[in-house]
Amino acid sequence: MAGRSPGGVAVAPVARVSGLTRRFGERCVLDQLDLEIAPGEFVALIGRSGSGKSTLLRALAGLDRHPDGDVAIDGSVGIAFQEPRLVPWRRVLDNVALGLRRPDARTAARSALVEVGLDGHLHEWPLTLSGGEAQRVSLARALVREPSLLLLDEPFGALDALTRITMHRLVLDLWEEHRPAILLVTHDVDEALALADRVLVLADGRISHHAPVDLVRPRDRDHPDLISLRNRLLSELGVDTKGTQ
Amino acid sequence: MSTTNPPALGTLPAGARLARKDDTPAGLRRVLRMPRWYRIVSPLVLLVIWQLTNVLSLISPKKLPPPTRVVSTAVDLVTINSPAYGTLQHALLASLERMVLGFALGATAAVMLATVAGLSRLGEDFVDPIMQMLRTLPLFGLIPVFIVWFGIGQLPKVLLIALGAAIPLYLNTFAGIRSVDAKLGELGQVLGLRRRELLRHIVLPGALPLTLVGLRQSLGVAWLSLVVAEQLNTNAGLGFMINQATQFLQNDVIFVALLVYTILGLLTDWLVRLLERRTLAWRGGLLAA
Repeated sequence: MAGRSPGGVAVAPVARVSGLTRRFGERCVLDQLDLEIAPGEFVALIGRSGSGKSTLLRALAGLDRHPDGDVAIDGSVGIAFQEPRLVPWRRVLDNVALGLRRPDARTAARSALVEVGLDGHLHEWPLTLSGGEAQRVSLARALVREPSLLLLDEPFGALDALTRITMHRLVLDLWEEHRPAILLVTHDVDEALALADRVLVLADGRISHHAPVDLVRPRDRDHPDLISLRNRLLSELGVDTKGTQ
Repeated sequence: MSTTNPPALGTLPAGARLARKDDTPAGLRRVLRMPRWYRIVSPLVLLVIWQLTNVLSLISPKKLPPPTRVVSTAVDLVTINSPAYGTLQHALLASLERMVLGFALGATAAVMLATVAGLSRLGEDFVDPIMQMLRTLPLFGLIPVFIVWFGIGQLPKVLLIALGAAIPLYLNTFAGIRSVDAKLGELGQVLGLRRRELLRHIVLPGALPLTLVGLRQSLGVAWLSLVVAEQLNTNAGLGFMINQATQFLQNDVIFVALLVYTILGLLTDWLVRLLERRTLAWRGGLLAA
């Protein structure tokens, strides 16, 4: 597996976006956006709501039928949505195996579910799961396809704070284990700082700011470097940090 | 009471998890869980009153045969092969054959047309206007036309049942397909599902709750169509039996035939409910038992 490139992109990127423009009517959401993600790199994308985070992610997932610009992906893409989007009339195991084209699909699905700690729920209906459990199934479903790029569209946004911390740990474990490149879209600066190698700020249709985070995980939220990074990112997002700190 | 609210059909209800919480008071819950034997009291009272009309000679048995008479007539019709009526089981089989043929034809056409219309704009624009026109057409007003077109044999009867069954099933299946969450379609795209797989795993199961509502309605219309169709120029079946009995002024035979129709209707309704419980198990506690 290709190694990560700590400073900038030296190896062939797993995703390359160049000159991506997306308009909805008069509004230009993405404006000549460029982005490269290295193999195995954990990138977090933050931005104010409506800044086009999800639009970029949808373009990367191939869900945007009319992208204007170049989006090139090396390998396959997996995605976990904010709502887990489980098929309610298929049991947990079948949800993960859905559309999986390999002879041992169910075995692979089962071990993916074991990995996210849901081996006790294989044959349950999705509606009986808690929010965190459903999101784990969604993660397993994305990972079982062994994507080279894993897109996470605010997957923890609807979870309570405790579950979110557990999920952060799980995502990091899975990432260490499988090493896909990850693009995590979030509006939570702390979440981005806790997880990512690199935090990007999306503003005015472009990546307005890159912030590498060179700290070992698990990271202490109150580490002085993180505090200054947090303030920097918040001010990039246009949030006044004077009053809160 | 949130537990008995029917869930939004075909879609994932937003408050699904909330709705599963049982907030029924304990006392009420105990009553609800009890076998509701007392529901049989009022029908039994009605039956007794019906019998009394005869015992007290209030109404002539020629007009209203008492329940005991209906039962004994039923037994006679089963055991004796009379020249006027044949046997009840023979009549039942003839009627069932008509019903099964017509319903199978109508249901197959309905589901196919609904799938075509539900999956594409083009399909909708071609199929839906015709189905909407047929929907507003009075079904039984077509009988004379059908007789002119198809004669007085089995065919016009089967077609009348088929048409009657097809309309509600089409409308509900179409609505069911359109009610499937577009986000699940997008998921199918992300998972690389082929069109067939999308249909099998996402679209059709998602449409099923409404399809089953349509199935119930269409069975109701189909039975009705059978009864009406069988009154015309038949030489076998429950309707034929009723026609004969009308001529011989034997109301008890008519009552037996009506009773059989009723039992058949109840039976199919029960079958659909069984099917619902099995195929919609994923809704779990949402489905009011």
